Amino acid sequence: MANQFLKQVVNKNYEYGFVTAIESDALPPGLSEDIVREISRRKNEPEFMLNWRLKAYRHWLTMTPPEWAHLHYSEIDYQSIIYYSAPKSKTDGPKSLDEVDPKLLETYKKLGIPLHEQGKLAGVAVDAVFDSVSVATTFKAKLAEVGVIFCSFSEAVQKYPDLVEKYLGTVVPYRDNFFATLNSAVFSDGSFVYIPKGVRCPMELSTYFRINAANTGQFERTLIIAEEGSYVSYLEGCTAPMRDENQLHAAVVELIALDNAQIKYSTVQNWYPGDEEGRGGIFNFVTKRGACRGAHSKISWTQIETGSAITWKYPSVILQGDHSIGEFYSVALTNNYQQADTGTKMIHIGKNTSSTIISKGISAGFGQNSYRGLVRVAPTAVNARNYTQCDSLLLSSTCGAHTFPYIEVKNSTAQVEHEASTSKIGEDQLFYCRQRGLSAEDAVSMIVNGFCKQVFRELPMEFAVEAQKLLEVSLEGSVG
Amino acid sequence: MLSIENLHASIQDDQKTKAILRGINLIVKPGEVHAIMGPNGSGKSTLANVLAGRDGYDITEGNVHFEGVDLLAITPEERAALGLFLAFQYPVEIPGVNNMYFLKAALNGLRKHRHLEPLDAMDFLKTIRSKIKEVGLDETFLNRAVNEGFSGGEKKRNEILQMLMLEPKLAILDETDSGLDIDALQMVAKGVNSLRNAERSIILVTHYQRLLDYIVPDVVHVMANGQIIKSGDKSLALELEAKGYGWIEGSSS
Ligand SMILES: Nc1ncnc2c1ncn2[C@@H]1O[C@H](COP(=O)(O)OP(=O)(O)OP(=O)(O)O)[C@@H](O)[C@H]1O
Ligand SMILES: [Mg+2]
Repeated sequence: MANQFLKQVVNKNYEYGFVTAIESDALPPGLSEDIVREISRRKNEPEFMLNWRLKAYRHWLTMTPPEWAHLHYSEIDYQSIIYYSAPKSKTDGPKSLDEVDPKLLETYKKLGIPLHEQGKLAGVAVDAVFDSVSVATTFKAKLAEVGVIFCSFSEAVQKYPDLVEKYLGTVVPYRDNFFATLNSAVFSDGSFVYIPKGVRCPMELSTYFRINAANTGQFERTLIIAEEGSYVSYLEGCTAPMRDENQLHAAVVELIALDNAQIKYSTVQNWYPGDEEGRGGIFNFVTKRGACRGAHSKISWTQIETGSAITWKYPSVILQGDHSIGEFYSVALTNNYQQADTGTKMIHIGKNTSSTIISKGISAGFGQNSYRGLVRVAPTAVNARNYTQCDSLLLSSTCGAHTFPYIEVKNSTAQVEHEASTSKIGEDQLFYCRQRGLSAEDAVSMIVNGFCKQVFRELPMEFAVEAQKLLEVSLEGSVG
Repeated sequence: MLSIENLHASIQDDQKTKAILRGINLIVKPGEVHAIMGPNGSGKSTLANVLAGRDGYDITEGNVHFEGVDLLAITPEERAALGLFLAFQYPVEIPGVNNMYFLKAALNGLRKHRHLEPLDAMDFLKTIRSKIKEVGLDETFLNRAVNEGFSGGEKKRNEILQMLMLEPKLAILDETDSGLDIDALQMVAKGVNSLRNAERSIILVTHYQRLLDYIVPDVVHVMANGQIIKSGDKSLALELEAKGYGWIEGSSS
């Protein structure tokens, strides 16, 4: 049957599972007020940052992890995690690429991420985050010419503390949820982007996250501010070595779009998913939220989620400005024992706001894939519009797809549409392709890619091809 | 070219074994066109599917050789690579997959099996543009998803387009004529006839004599109850048209 063909589908391994042998400078495992203070001290942070971290930490102590998601995992021991780990060679931070440890450059080269400002993806500026710190940011000078700030979060705290203080935590407050609060207390680095008024960012910006050290959590924070009439397209990628233990990744991303500004945020998430038996893999608990503060502003999230043992993630948009637009395009693939509970929240507040949600879930093996989405229309949101389409594709009889749509409409002029479908990959489709001469493997990836088309076409061109390849590789192993 | 010997196939339906093909014997020589007719449910599509390698059938007896190869021992894509093509009775929709991309992947898949270089993109484009005209579809169909939202007749024309592009050695057309208007029927016939040559064989599964006016068969077979119960020349089809199946079914038992 179809499952047999599916079983033959590529048995490629996780390509990014290697470990870089590099000495790291890490804090001891465990979390306490002292650790929080130490992280802040090492980063030489101003007072307001330390205070904010401490408020978050104290609040976190009163919280319990959320249990509502359709996810099963053994309890995380927060005292066994290392909260800060930096490659040792970076003491004061490299002044230029020449000062970056060659081992790190080599690592990123192996991952296909260019840290040299020429070569394959010469039109993309990259901030490379390795474990807890940013090791390099490319094209800074070129971006500075048009006033765009693109740097590590740590650098932003030093150089642009006013901007950081003004916007940090205004979209995702430090009390927001268990994982976001934890992140607020211990986050060690991340990316910072500021696009001045009227500027169209001349290149794609990209952050590449790499977890390397064992037993280390990655807690990064990204803040993107798009001033009036500006535009930026931003892409985030991530990988981690193969390890038998689970590792925690709890990130926060905040986006702010002012009048007529547009932010396009794309993610290709390929954290180590664990092995065929479900051992190891990253626990990915991420809070991503954008605020369309200004009129006619627009925020689009596009995500390709193929990695992680567990994905818990709901990139959302708060539509405050009149005529603002929120979009969410998602492909989530779960194979073997991966679990994903992902979706979005579209919060309509302003008048004539509209949102679009396209979610494509693919489950194989014993994977569990849930879409969870909230569309809320506040009483003020006259003429709000939402369209939601949620499709699931099942590649085995042992996997699961679940849909949890929540709709709260408090304004009678709103129009909210929801469509959902679940299909098994058709034996008919497979046979048809194979009769025409395609191998079973090519047939499956073609059908799956076709299924994801609506989302792939939202990705920046440079990455759409990568995303397709990633999907092929991720369909590895026991399906059946 | 193709030799089928005492082929028996059954399916498992609600834990019960149901025999569908019950001893098919058929020899198709290079260059020949065979028509297979027979009442609904007699097993024509099943035979076509079994030849193309569709899963879900148990072959309980018999064997099939195609170009000297034991056909039943190889995968559907290997059969395709040997030059076997099936135009489906119900062509399948593949949402999101560009029709031209699909054809190109299919063609290059076959070429790879045959240890040939992939076709040059410009040559491919030139060929497909001229072939799509032959089947009477406009070029917008190349950029639509495979069969998605195509009308019944458009799907059949698309099957013929694929056949013309893939240039099989043996083409099995399963009711390609059903649901076609007269113009389309002529176009399909023209397409099939253009492929006809001394090396290429064609099996037409059809209910209607009409098609055989345009594609004149060398042999006509009547299938009933999983067996070929009568074979003859093209006049057999005319006789069937006039008298229906009753007279042979009655006479054979
Ligand atoms: N997967 C299946 N499950 C159950 N029965 C099947 C299956 N496939 C075929 N059959 C049965 O086998 C018999 C032959 O079917 P087949 O489709 O080969 O007939 P056909 O000669 O092509 O008919 P038609 O002229 O209507 O296309 C029918 O009775 C059909 O119901
Ligand atoms: Mg049939």
